[in-house]
Amino acid sequence: MIEEQPIVKVGMAEMGTIRSHGLIRTTGLGSCVGLTLFDPELHLAGLAHVMLPSSDIAKEGSLNLAKYADTAIPALYQQLLQMGASARRLVAKMAGGAQMFAFAGGNDTMRIGPRNVESCKACLDGLGIPLLGEDTGGNFGRTIELDCQTGILFIRSVQMGIKEL
Amino acid sequence: MDVLKEVGNIGAGNAATALSRLLDKPIDMAVPKVQMLPFDAIADKVGGAENIVLAVFFRVEGEAPGNLFFILTPEAAKKLLHRLAAIEISEDDGFSEMEWSAISEIGNILAGSYLSSLADFTKLSMSPTVPAVATDMAGAILSYGLLQFGQMGNDALLIDTTFIEGQHEVEGQFFLIPDPESFDQIFSALGVPSEHD
Repeated sequence: MIEEQPIVKVGMAEMGTIRSHGLIRTTGLGSCVGLTLFDPELHLAGLAHVMLPSSDIAKEGSLNLAKYADTAIPALYQQLLQMGASARRLVAKMAGGAQMFAFAGGNDTMRIGPRNVESCKACLDGLGIPLLGEDTGGNFGRTIELDCQTGILFIRSVQMGIKEL
Repeated sequence: MDVLKEVGNIGAGNAATALSRLLDKPIDMAVPKVQMLPFDAIADKVGGAENIVLAVFFRVEGEAPGNLFFILTPEAAKKLLHRLAAIEISEDDGFSEMEWSAISEIGNILAGSYLSSLADFTKLSMSPTVPAVATDMAGAILSYGLLQFGQMGNDALLIDTTFIEGQHEVEGQFFLIPDPESFDQIFSALGVPSEHD
């Protein structure tokens, strides 16, 4: 490679942004959801690695906004607006929300993946951000990468190989 | 922390004995590490969030609930099956139905001996649910065990023990992630004043 592309890595329950060129990535999504917001004109992208559907259940002292779908999406949205993004242009893509283990008669914790996905969708709806693509559910892990030049979301999984959204 | 290390030591010691009996060869184990770790660092313990591992997962039920993982590399799992079970081992990367079920049974035996010794020692009831097996990215698998901690903060307590066969071969790792509420149970059962680090 002639030019090294910058890569921003986002860990579990974290979020990050990238501008102009390069990739923003999060690895090993299971029941967590990797939610991306993208402004195609500024080539500005944000990614949150959401772990739990709702901050209602939070018992932590200082709330980690990136961890909960209902707080991460508004926080990421605000951050991108502050960086100059236009609310009208922002679009979303997401992946993850799997059920890694199949149990007979699963309780609520078992369904955390699908609940994360539902909660993300509800938040996007609330903010009026269109969801352009999703690769969610199943019982396998995913690594995702958003190219902030093109807005293409690359999804890698052991079972399915590489997919583009 | 020393108390938790001792708890891990006893559990893993019994599991190592069980594994050693199954394989009919000596299995060593490393001294358990007890650490409060950031979520990301937990997957790093098995080679990073994207590293492919095979995991047998148990939810621990009873007075000190938590999550228990028995983690193997896919190669180690194949070797284990080859030695242990008189089943034809498929050559490809995947696992057959038969192999899955053998792995989950091995996991079951090990988890059972791990937990029953912990239960004896702490006098707390702890029993594993039926095992669930998955092979996938370590991050995706382990994150499942961190959900209870997710509500409290961004670190989880991990009791991590590695089994060693021969010189270098790592047969597997046990990860016990007690629920945050379980510390007090374990500490008070052992008569130790509760302190979280």
